Amino acid sequence: MAYLALKGLTKRYGDLVAVEGLDLAVERGEFISLLGPSGCGKTTTLHMIAGFVEPTSGSIELDGQALDKVPANKRGLGIVFQNYALFPHMTAAENVAFGLEMQKMPRRERDTRVHEALQLVGLAHLADRHPARMSGGQQQRVALARALVIRPSVLLLDEPLSNLDAKLREEMQLELRSIQRTVGTTTILVTHDQSEALALSDRIVVMNQGRVEQVADPFSAYEGPASGFVGGFLGKANVFTPQAESGEAAGRARIGEASIPMDGLPVPRGTVIVRPEKILFSEPAACALPGRMKARVFQGNHWLCQVETSVGEVLVIRQNDGVPVPDEGQPVHLRWRARDMCPVDSGTRP
Amino acid sequence: MNARLNPWLLSAPALVVYATFLVVPLFLVFLISFFNFEFYGGIEQAFSLANYRDIVTDSYYYEVYARTFGVAAAVTVVSLLLGTAEAYVLSRMSNRWKGIFLMVVLGPLLISVVVRTLGWALLFGSTGLISQGLMALGLASAPVNLMYSNTGVIIALTHVLVPFMVISVWASLQRINPSTEAAALSLGASQFTVLRRVIVPQIMPGILSGSIMVFAMAASAFATPAIIGGRRLKNVATAAYDEFLNTLNWPLGAALAMLLLLATVLVLVSANRMIERRYGAIFNQGQR
Amino acid sequence: MNFRNGPLALLFHVLFIGFILAPIVMVCAVAFTSEGFISLPANGLSLRWFKAILDNPRFIDAFWFSLGLGALSATIAVSLAVPGALALARSRFRGREALLAFFMSPLMIPHVVLGLAFLKFFTSAGLVGTYFGLVMAHIIIVMPYALRLVLASATGLDPALERAAQSLGATGWTTFRRIVLPLILPGVISGWVIAFITSFDELTMSIFIASPSTTTLPVRIFLQIEDTIDPLVTAVSAALIYATVLVIFVLDRAVGLEKLFVGKGR
Repeated sequence: MAYLALKGLTKRYGDLVAVEGLDLAVERGEFISLLGPSGCGKTTTLHMIAGFVEPTSGSIELDGQALDKVPANKRGLGIVFQNYALFPHMTAAENVAFGLEMQKMPRRERDTRVHEALQLVGLAHLADRHPARMSGGQQQRVALARALVIRPSVLLLDEPLSNLDAKLREEMQLELRSIQRTVGTTTILVTHDQSEALALSDRIVVMNQGRVEQVADPFSAYEGPASGFVGGFLGKANVFTPQAESGEAAGRARIGEASIPMDGLPVPRGTVIVRPEKILFSEPAACALPGRMKARVFQGNHWLCQVETSVGEVLVIRQNDGVPVPDEGQPVHLRWRARDMCPVDSGTRP
Repeated sequence: MNARLNPWLLSAPALVVYATFLVVPLFLVFLISFFNFEFYGGIEQAFSLANYRDIVTDSYYYEVYARTFGVAAAVTVVSLLLGTAEAYVLSRMSNRWKGIFLMVVLGPLLISVVVRTLGWALLFGSTGLISQGLMALGLASAPVNLMYSNTGVIIALTHVLVPFMVISVWASLQRINPSTEAAALSLGASQFTVLRRVIVPQIMPGILSGSIMVFAMAASAFATPAIIGGRRLKNVATAAYDEFLNTLNWPLGAALAMLLLLATVLVLVSANRMIERRYGAIFNQGQR
Repeated sequence: MNFRNGPLALLFHVLFIGFILAPIVMVCAVAFTSEGFISLPANGLSLRWFKAILDNPRFIDAFWFSLGLGALSATIAVSLAVPGALALARSRFRGREALLAFFMSPLMIPHVVLGLAFLKFFTSAGLVGTYFGLVMAHIIIVMPYALRLVLASATGLDPALERAAQSLGATGWTTFRRIVLPLILPGVISGWVIAFITSFDELTMSIFIASPSTTTLPVRIFLQIEDTIDPLVTAVSAALIYATVLVIFVLDRAVGLEKLFVGKGR
């Protein structure tokens, strides 16, 4: 049975639908990301789980118990807020101790647990410092320690890394994952950063306009997006609409000038997505799509290429492995395997 | 759905106090302003506009109101000029002096108005310092007594109220982007032009709202006109005091008070609204 | 900007400051006179009139009375202002603007009108001349100042802090006591101080409702001045000035007079 079960969770503000019919089953110890653009309902969902927002309908169950009527201060969930929400008038240690004080833990045990928690995030030496004198990364870690020290049943993270600069963010992502694996707490992360979701999660929940588009592990979600939206949101995607060939060329798909053999796979109906890194530059061939290199950008370990073709602009990513990449303005030919064409629904409703 | 209380519940204690000790008393005054006063019979609960009619038709009250608003207007004009200039001069000082002089200018607000007015009473008067000073400078041939004169009241009231003007203009000055001044200078404007075309238009809201505040306070002032103006020069506040506490004609006093309240509130609310409308959009003054 | 002030501007400034200080200095100077009538201390400074204050229980009693009245009014006003400010700061509910305007309304009402109104109300309610009545009247007058300052602190409070406390298991009361109150304390304290000073200095309204047993210091001074202006009342006023100057310095050091009067936004 799922540890945390959301069933038909809905939140409406008058005519505005923030979250519609959300179903999710989270296993104990899982790291789940709620991923989507602003306004997709991910933060509202988090707030409903936390108890700050009352759902319009649907239910939330934790370990078999209904959470709906439980007030926010009795749910035993750990929360890390987007701007950390550290109590400015308390030291790091006092911040972390607060939740334990609320549990009426005796002072000695409390001090031990606080020390443990601060050590877990590597900040034992800053126990007596106030938040104002800490860097963003340090504040974030104190917030994490404060949420974890109460041994919460679920850890909720509301875009905790969005205020950090890129390098720090990467570091923290790795640390977050490692801490979560060490402690084993069921975790739900809200983020709009797809690479973050891909890096940290056991499973990703992609949301758009209040609805769930796909729930899958990172690799599956990336390789096999369920909809055009997911395809476009998780990484870059080229969208094509292949036509089925008939007669002699039956069993092939036509995209522009290219006639692509399907190798036994059914010709996809509707639109498909092809990831830029799956496209190769090749010699002219019947199965290759001709085009002209419009622009190419060197990114260090790879090239990002924009190719103008008869079916629109195609994005190609090539590893910087020594194989020369055509110059701008050159005519090129693009080819990819049949199985790299991932069919998605043309609309975004699953 | 949170542990926070309903805002109306939180405001309830304060609301109860206000309702009992503000709304009710004001309403009572409003009510009795319509009653009649019998010299030997006390207050009669008839309902009429007699008091208001008396006030409007009596030349005595005409003089009182004229004096009140005339003095208030004079005080406003002088405060406007002095206060705006001082605020501007202050803003261009180095931080150390700025802090010191702001303290000097704003500090007196914390001293009771009685004390400040006493100082002017000491300065005025035919043996007062001002009189002696003017004679010494040859500007006066006889002792100058500013006590019990409109001029004296104006001077003393200006002293009491000009800090409010400074505050209002100062607040406006703080909101100005200093680069606008620099930009104008770089485009060849003289200092005076910068003042006239760049600074003053931007501090207009502060000047106007400060003026309104000063006018309203000057029109309803009591202590200073009472001490400096004396028994002869009555303004609305001291006249109302007379009716209430000396003549015991409460209905008439109440009517005077109501008219004063009406005038004050009207001036404050409508002028503020006008300022909001005219300047609010330009300066995006979003207030919470 | 660091554009310097020209000589003309500085001359104006000096004259203006002179204007501001003239009456205050005058009071302090005359208070040191050795004569039995109003005069400048031409024959040397004398403390006779300051000593005379001690022989005049009226002024001393009035002083303590004003002190107690101010402290009580300020305390009650602040206690009412804190929940009100929290209500106004937290959310944009319907009627919020109206509520704020209502709480601020005493600022717009001339104290003469308030004095009249309270006198009438207290007479009808049998509260005339009572301490209770005077306190309530003062509370009404100082509330806007207390509220304004507490509200400024409360609006700066991050709402996420309360949610964080909740998520860690704190009840509403604990959240208020441990998180909200410590963080709005600056506003509460400065609100109290301004409320106290406003109450202490208040004259116009108090004149209407004061009685022989409930006379505040400003009222006592005013009544004396109406009678005759003598060196004694001048000495009392001078003493008041010194006390206030001390408060000005302390306040400016602690909070900054600019912040108190001008505020950073509303």
